[in-house]
Amino acid sequence: MISIQVVVIGGGPGGYAAAFLAADLGLTTVLVDAEPNPGGVCVYRGCIPSKALLHVAKLIAESRHAKAWGIEFGEPKVDLDKLRAFKDGVVKRLTSGTGQLAKARKVTFIQGVASLVDPRSLTIKKTAGGEETVQFEHAIIATGSVPAIPPMLRVDDPRVMDSTGALDLPDVPKTLLVVGGGYIGLELGSVYAQLGSAVTVVEMTGGLLLGADRDLVDILAKRINSTMKSVLLNTRVTQITAEEAGIRVVFEGAGVTEDAREQVFDRVLVSVGRRPNASVPGLGKTKVQLTERGFIVVDEQMRTAEPSIFAIGDVVGEPMLAHKASHEGRVAVEVIAGENVAFRSRAIPAVVFTDPEIAWAGLTEAQAQAEGRTVSIARFPWGASGRAVTLDRSDGMTKLVIDPSTERILGVGLVGPGAGELIAEGALAIEMGANATDLRLTIHPHPTLTETVMESAEVFFGQATHVYRPKR
Amino acid sequence: MIDFKLPEVGENITSGDVLRVLVKAGDAVAKDQPVLELETDKATIEVPSSVGGQVKAIKVKAGDRVKVGQVIFSVDENGSGAPAVQATTGTSASGASAAAAADTPAAPLHPPAAPPDPDVATPAAAAARRPTGDKVVDISRGARTTGAAPPTETPAGPAAPAAPSVRRLAREIGVDINEVRGTGPRGRISLDDVKEHAKRLITAGPAASSGAASGLITEPLPDFAKWGEIERQPLRAVRRKTAVHLTAAWQTIPHVTQHDSADITNLESIRKGYSKLAEAAGGPLTVTAVAVKIVATALKVFPQFNSAIDLASDELIVKKYIHIGVAVDTDRGLLVPVIKDADKKNMIQIAAELAQLSEKARSRKIALEEMQGGCFSVSNLGGIGGTLFTPIVNFPEVAILGISRGKYEPVYNKTTGQFEPRFMLPLSLSYDHRVIDGADGIRFLRWIVEAFEQPFVMALQG
Repeated sequence: MISIQVVVIGGGPGGYAAAFLAADLGLTTVLVDAEPNPGGVCVYRGCIPSKALLHVAKLIAESRHAKAWGIEFGEPKVDLDKLRAFKDGVVKRLTSGTGQLAKARKVTFIQGVASLVDPRSLTIKKTAGGEETVQFEHAIIATGSVPAIPPMLRVDDPRVMDSTGALDLPDVPKTLLVVGGGYIGLELGSVYAQLGSAVTVVEMTGGLLLGADRDLVDILAKRINSTMKSVLLNTRVTQITAEEAGIRVVFEGAGVTEDAREQVFDRVLVSVGRRPNASVPGLGKTKVQLTERGFIVVDEQMRTAEPSIFAIGDVVGEPMLAHKASHEGRVAVEVIAGENVAFRSRAIPAVVFTDPEIAWAGLTEAQAQAEGRTVSIARFPWGASGRAVTLDRSDGMTKLVIDPSTERILGVGLVGPGAGELIAEGALAIEMGANATDLRLTIHPHPTLTETVMESAEVFFGQATHVYRPKR
Repeated sequence: MIDFKLPEVGENITSGDVLRVLVKAGDAVAKDQPVLELETDKATIEVPSSVGGQVKAIKVKAGDRVKVGQVIFSVDENGSGAPAVQATTGTSASGASAAAAADTPAAPLHPPAAPPDPDVATPAAAAARRPTGDKVVDISRGARTTGAAPPTETPAGPAAPAAPSVRRLAREIGVDINEVRGTGPRGRISLDDVKEHAKRLITAGPAASSGAASGLITEPLPDFAKWGEIERQPLRAVRRKTAVHLTAAWQTIPHVTQHDSADITNLESIRKGYSKLAEAAGGPLTVTAVAVKIVATALKVFPQFNSAIDLASDELIVKKYIHIGVAVDTDRGLLVPVIKDADKKNMIQIAAELAQLSEKARSRKIALEEMQGGCFSVSNLGGIGGTLFTPIVNFPEVAILGISRGKYEPVYNKTTGQFEPRFMLPLSLSYDHRVIDGADGIRFLRWIVEAFEQPFVMALQG
């Protein structure tokens, strides 16, 4: 039996960040995860492997684009085994890195599955065999989320995949149906499209990437329409059956014509969302409460209703994002260490790593409208950015959501190559309480895409160097 | 009669050992009242009743092993207690479920092809996920005070313009960031602003945080109307200000009051002799006017009485000017006009200025500036009466002189061996013991007594 101060259940980016900080603060810490190393979904089968593949997809796209600049490489030859090995190598390198960091900090990492015995102890069924009982002062539940597969789309056939299956890169199917126009579907769909699949995306609602502002999505949609075979909006899957020749799918809705109602695909990727994974055995022996949707209820200090148990990350609510989980994990540990802190962030940046990328932080224009808030929107089209033009990628936009009375930056939205990197400045501006003048007066390097942030602040004042707006 | 059966008490828990039955036959039991202590594996659970009424037969006892669904007791729902409900309902529906249901869209006939996108959680949905608050619990270490605390969502209105580090500091030292006044461009709040705000809260006492008289530490008031008729009158501005200011002074300053009396028999005859002259120059030569002159001179001799203490910087601020405040009783309440540079004015000038300021104070014509900058205050209640009193130092000053009514007293004359009638003036000196020690206090007061008795010392030492 081990007796320690903090046990973290789940070794994802929230869990290991929490465990590492706990150790740094001098608390004796155990980290439990089913994988051989910390990393979780993010590193093993989420953010990291998908980004490795998206990098390759981007290279293919650019090499094709190069034709327009007088450089031709010919059709790419894809060695799938080697590509898979590269992706697996990335995962291995990062997970062994977190494993070493855990050791260096003297975090006891136990590979296995934890079951709560009571609010102060749990047992771990070790992957290596045997059981370990852990008595703890505090537990942090960081068990994350799993792909949500509606029963209707559950087909017992390896050709119907979730995101994990798609990342395994079993082959490059001639035709692929992506069910769900969210970020997971669009990212993985893009990878397969660049590798050579004819990709169809089906989305029940009238637009892709619910939650992102339409003006940003429109720019992405234009490109997606050219890289994917088709995008079926306002359409749903009503039937799905595995046949020898492929997966037969029946559609219904405004997006399909009568003769396209039934189609056969080589593979189907189901990416309709994720659901919280609160199925920690023994949780019922504690006072921990769940919402109807299965999230663990926590307060802004990440405490559950059980005083000794905290919870963080995907399992406590949306947005289900690694960086939100890490931040929450650190808050939970600091609270456990006796500090009076809370999760009070104003901006959780979201990035969709498609091509072009979409990123936003803070208040979106759509949210402002829904809440009836008066905001000023300043847009800077990348056609006016020297850097974007040198990249031959003027299909981008930077926009600021500004409080007209205080001129505070409330939200930042970006679409364009590299938007995911650029959004960090937006998050900083929002957290620092910066106003449009602050952004305008900060010298940004030329020629870079970051200038678009500065210039959109200038647009707010009607004084952008590279955008002329006639006086009203 | 309905039965209360052991409800589902947790995932994978099918049975448990009864530790204690918390009700007995004949008790009135209300819905959600804990009725059973159940030990399951290692966790002990308090089981709430799902029914209300009068407990009839209890079917279990301590030590029994009971299964989910087993009858624990039955109640007469017509007996006292809450109205009966379905006996077999498990744990009562949580308050959050209704709200949570709102962000679960009605299931479509066909499975959705679109994800509930992770990034579209609305603040309302987030709020719905927040717990509704829980009991206070006691845990071993750290800052754990409560279980899931009630939601403290960001208050309405724009978020305070402050960086995350500044917001975190404010939270840690218990300052509401929304109350801090930012000194930066467009009200931007810096670390220093938060520290300054905290310092003000500490020095001004709790009153400063919300203004008005809320700083008064009071017990809840009883319902006075129970004992007779009452009338509620709004506090007037001067009264409220006095309450806040004197509460702060009383809470901040460790007060000491020393008393003495001065033989002013000789002074009185001189004062009356010159009063006409003074009146012609603007105001009667009152005891207060004389006291102002004496005090002003005393401050030159005892400069530590003309100071303020700055604990934040560990410094004593010694003033090189001498402005004397004089308490004036008005129909609005107590006001303290200030005679500037009293040490540089003669008694007739002081008498004239005092008459003028008092009149202004009473006729509400006095300006705020005429009541600011005092170094030391004089409060003369002798015109009304009283033997002695303990004045409260007018913070941030460090001392105050109180004067009561003079009267003839028998005083022993060593030379003649006789008791003689002398006109004695009772004096009370209150001071801030953080700045002034008892010996210095009495030295100062003795000096004042001697100056009253023999004004020559003013010219001698002042």
